Parts: sequence; structure tokens; C-alpha cells
Amino acid sequence: MQNYLDFEKGLAEIEGKAEELRALARQDPEMDVEEEAAALDKKAQALLSDLYRDLTPWRKAQVARHPSRPHCKDYIEALFTEYTPLAGDRNFADDPAVMGGLARLNDRPVVVIGQEKGNDTASRIARNFGMMRPEGYRKVVRLMDLADRFNLPVITLVDTQGAYPGKGAEERGQSEAIARSTEKCLSIRVPLISVIIGEGMSGGAIALTTGNKVAMLEHAIYTVISPEGCASILWKNAEKMREAAEALRLTAQNLRQLRVIDRIIDEPIGGAQRNPDAAIAAVGRTLTALLAEFDGKDRDEIRSDRRKKFLEMGAVAL
Amino acid sequence: MSWISNFTRPMINSLFSRREVPENLWSKCDNCGTMLFHRELSDALYTCPTCDHHMFITPRERLKSLFDLGIFTTVSVPDPIVDPLHFKDQKPYPKRLADARKTTSEHEAMLVAEGNIGEVKAVVAVQDFSFMAGSMGMYVGNAIIAAAQRAVELRAPLILFSAAGGARMQEGILSLMQMPRTTVAVDMVKEAGLPYIVVLTHPTTGGVTASYAMLGDVHIAEPNALICFAGPRVIEQTIREKLPEGFQRSEYLLDHGMLDRVVHRTQMRDELATLLRLLLNERPRSHGDLPSPEGEASVPAEATGTA
Repeated sequence: MQNYLDFEKGLAEIEGKAEELRALARQDPEMDVEEEAAALDKKAQALLSDLYRDLTPWRKAQVARHPSRPHCKDYIEALFTEYTPLAGDRNFADDPAVMGGLARLNDRPVVVIGQEKGNDTASRIARNFGMMRPEGYRKVVRLMDLADRFNLPVITLVDTQGAYPGKGAEERGQSEAIARSTEKCLSIRVPLISVIIGEGMSGGAIALTTGNKVAMLEHAIYTVISPEGCASILWKNAEKMREAAEALRLTAQNLRQLRVIDRIIDEPIGGAQRNPDAAIAAVGRTLTALLAEFDGKDRDEIRSDRRKKFLEMGAVAL
Repeated sequence: MSWISNFTRPMINSLFSRREVPENLWSKCDNCGTMLFHRELSDALYTCPTCDHHMFITPRERLKSLFDLGIFTTVSVPDPIVDPLHFKDQKPYPKRLADARKTTSEHEAMLVAEGNIGEVKAVVAVQDFSFMAGSMGMYVGNAIIAAAQRAVELRAPLILFSAAGGARMQEGILSLMQMPRTTVAVDMVKEAGLPYIVVLTHPTTGGVTASYAMLGDVHIAEPNALICFAGPRVIEQTIREKLPEGFQRSEYLLDHGMLDRVVHRTQMRDELATLLRLLLNERPRSHGDLPSPEGEASVPAEATGTA
């Protein structure tokens, strides 16, 4: 069952019709509907590529949050072998909103870390919808230290609507935990490669995204505040999220122009949710290529290059 | 009648009033309602003598209150590209900037200065909440980098007074990038073996708290300042319960281990002077405002503490 977004209504109708025809044909083997259904398929495909060729920023935000989009766990399972999760911040708890541990990418040991939103009600609740608490950021710091000590590259998969705004999270130092995590990203002497696979929202995201290389899926978003949040502050009306999404320049294409990200990873037609395997494979190829750029690179240089890169942010405007 | 008195009259007043000249010699403490004479208020550094409520103080007055004899030199900060995203909301961003410049008579949301505090050379950066809610954009990033570089150059400690509603939305992703950017800056100071002291003032929230404001060697806060990542309203909406009294205020953070000290504004200068001398392994300070016997004769002429 396909999950349609509001702007995909026309598509839903065509695909629904084709499906209806095929359902009829299944009941009555005499009927030949394939030609008609295939024509509808073709029409749907054309409409799909049309819709996704030039998505507005708000539509991209919708696609980035699509529930059927592959999540961190899907990427880890498909791209890595011997994934060995490591848990806990050694202070308070483990945070299931962030996955992390040792693994191999093309046989090469790495540390992989990523926010996981969950894919059904139970797992979404268990993972707190991918909203990390301080113990999560402190786990990230621990894993990055481990990677640095054993000279393993770090890969982060970013997908969060933000850090968790809760009472306990504040009491345990959400701000400090995020600040330390960003600081750790900037201080390790191993390559840090970040991929924004869905939503990269605010401080909760930057704490994992301060990488030597930052790649972003074609329809992912990366922003300082959600379009709804921005609309409610600047327009005093959360319904103005389309305008806010436009103004924030949160698309991969704009962020590449601003040199905030280094690479855009193409998604299959109709977005990663239409063909998760293809999207995951594309991310895998990008990770391999980006990692190879660091072969033989000096540890201190890896660190100083990363710092320089972030110090120079903002030198380019749109 | 009501809009004439509530709107037109203040508008006319604002056209003619100057910031330096108090149009009303008396003001009321926002907390306890005590009427305070303007001299009394400025002498107490805008804290209420009755209830100790800390009110807004301009960055220049703050700097004047910190440095020996009130003398400091501002450190120049490079201007970033204006409106890098061509941000469009109900009011163009350059217009918002121009308005903030007019109402505050300041260039941007952070002021950096150098001078002596208790005879210790120090660089001080002060965030200005009255300038677009102190929001952190490219300029604030540039200011912190300039402050850090100057501190390293002078081999002087860096003290930062934070106050912000968070990141400057009108600079979109580039405001978010100030979190790592300023982190690199304060780490340069720390790696040079110099103290980095943060003084959190009301309010310090969002991306500012979650970057340079929480990375100090020592964290001091003014009493009852709101210090948080997510604001109380956002949290109440998320967890759907009322938050406890004093939640996310300085004293609450002190109890929860996020701060080292809560210090009254009128004691801040002494506090910082003592801390700096301890951290830098200097002899205890001789009290009073006299210049050191060696004489700081070379106080530059442009060193001005504007009242």
C-alpha cells in the first residue's frame, strides 16, 4: 500500500485505477486489462517524474518526512556487515533514538552512528521518533572517541526533527550535550562523513553533521528551524510553512550552492520512498567514494581541514 | 482615544527622544514594582536594590562596569555578506537590520572589547539581546572568532556574556553553521592554554546555549536568568504538563550541575578578576581601582567607555 502525499493526489488516482483494473482481471481471468493498465502505469510514471523534477521546498520537506522513506536502520542493515551496536553514555542511560556501533563498510571497519525514527507505532515510540536526549549525544561523543583511538572513520546518518524538548532532557543538560557532540565532531583526527538521509533539523542535527564531507539525499532537508516553527515565529502563523520553507533555503540544491554541503545524492524517481533499495545503494556508493578521498591522509590534516571548512562557512551567498 | 495614546504618542515620543537622555527619570522594577530613580538604577547596574531583579543592561554599560576605570577598546569585527539567502518574510531582512541599528545605536548583536579587569588583560564579548533578540548569525560568529583570535594574540583570557533567543532565522542554515564555527573559535582559546569563561545572562536559549555558551572552562550566570535549549512553552506543549517553579532558571541549572556559580551583576567584576588571577596563577589582586604601579600609561586615546 503506497502512502501518498497531498501533492500526489493525481498520481494516487491513476495508480488506483490501474490497480483496480488488475484486481478485476484477477477475479475474471477472461478480461484482458493489461494494455489499459500499462498505459495508466506509463501515465503515472510520467506524472511522477514530472512532479519530482522540480519539487518546491515545502514538498521536499514532506518527502523528507515520508514514513516509507528508508531510515537509518535500513541503511545500516543493507550497507554494513558485522554491525555491532554499542550502547550507553556511561552516565545515565542508552538512547534508542540514536543507533551506533562498530561495523564494516566494504570490509573496512568503521564506526557508524545515526538517528532512527522507527517505522511503526511501537518502534517510533521506542525510538522517541528519532529525537535524541542528552545521553544520546553523550553516546555519540563516546563512540567518536573510540573511533579516534582506533583510527576508524566515522559515518553519521542524519535524520531527526530535532533534539527532544523534554523536562528531563533539559535537566540533564541537552544544550551541553549537543555542544560537546559538535565539539567532538570538530576534534577527532579520523574522517567524519555525514549523510543527511531525511530531516536534518537544527542543533539536534548539527551535533552529528559537522563532518569533513557532508552529503545529502536529493530530497532531504537541512535547516536551522522547521518550516512550521519559522512560520509561527516570523509570520505568526504556522500555516505559512510553504513560504517559510522557501525562505529558509533548506533544499540540498540551495545548500550545495552555499557550500554548506559537499555532495547531492540522486534519489530514484518519485523519491527514496518509492525505491528504497536504489536510494540505499546510491548512499553506499557515495560513502565508498567519499571515504576513499581520505586514504593516506594525515590525521592532523583531517582535523585541521574540517575546522577550516567550518570556519569559512558563510563566505558564499546565494 | 486609546490608539492615540497607545500608539501615536509613543511613536511621536520615539521620534524625539534620544537613547542617552532618560525621558523619564523614574522607572519601575518589572519584578517588584519599586520606583527607581535613574541614577540609582544605573549605579546598581540595572539591578533592583529592593528585589535583586536583573534588568537589561546595554553591552557598552556592561563593558564599562567590568574594565578597570571603565576603560576599554573595541575589537573590530569583519562584516559578513548582508542577507546571504535573500530571506523573504513579512519584512525584508535588511530592513529588520536597519531598524535594529536605529533603535539600539549598535551595529550588530555582539560587541567585543579588550582592556584590563583587575589588572589582567582580557578580551570580552557581549551579546546584545536588544539587537534582534541577540540572535546568532554570521556577524555574531565573526565577532566570536575575532574575539578568540585577539585573545590568542594577546595571550589573554576570553570572557563571553551570552544573551540570545537563539539562531538568526533570517540567515537560515548559515546561522546553524555558527554552532560549529564558534566552537572552533572557543577551542582555539582553550588550546592556547587560555581561560574561556562564559557568563550566561537572561535569556540564553537555543543554538547559542547548545554551542559556545556551554563550552566554558567556568560557567557563571546572573541570578534568575532563563537558560535552556528548548523554551518552556515548547516543552509544555510536548509533555503536556506544567513545569516546576524556577525551571530552566540559573539557580535550577546550578542545582542540576550545569553551572559553576550564580553571581550578582554588581559583584561580577570582582568575581571575574579573582577567577582570572587564580586561573592564570597570578598574585592576589590589590583592591581598589588604582592603576598598577608599573603604570598603564599607554592607554590608547580612542579607548572610550561611552556612558
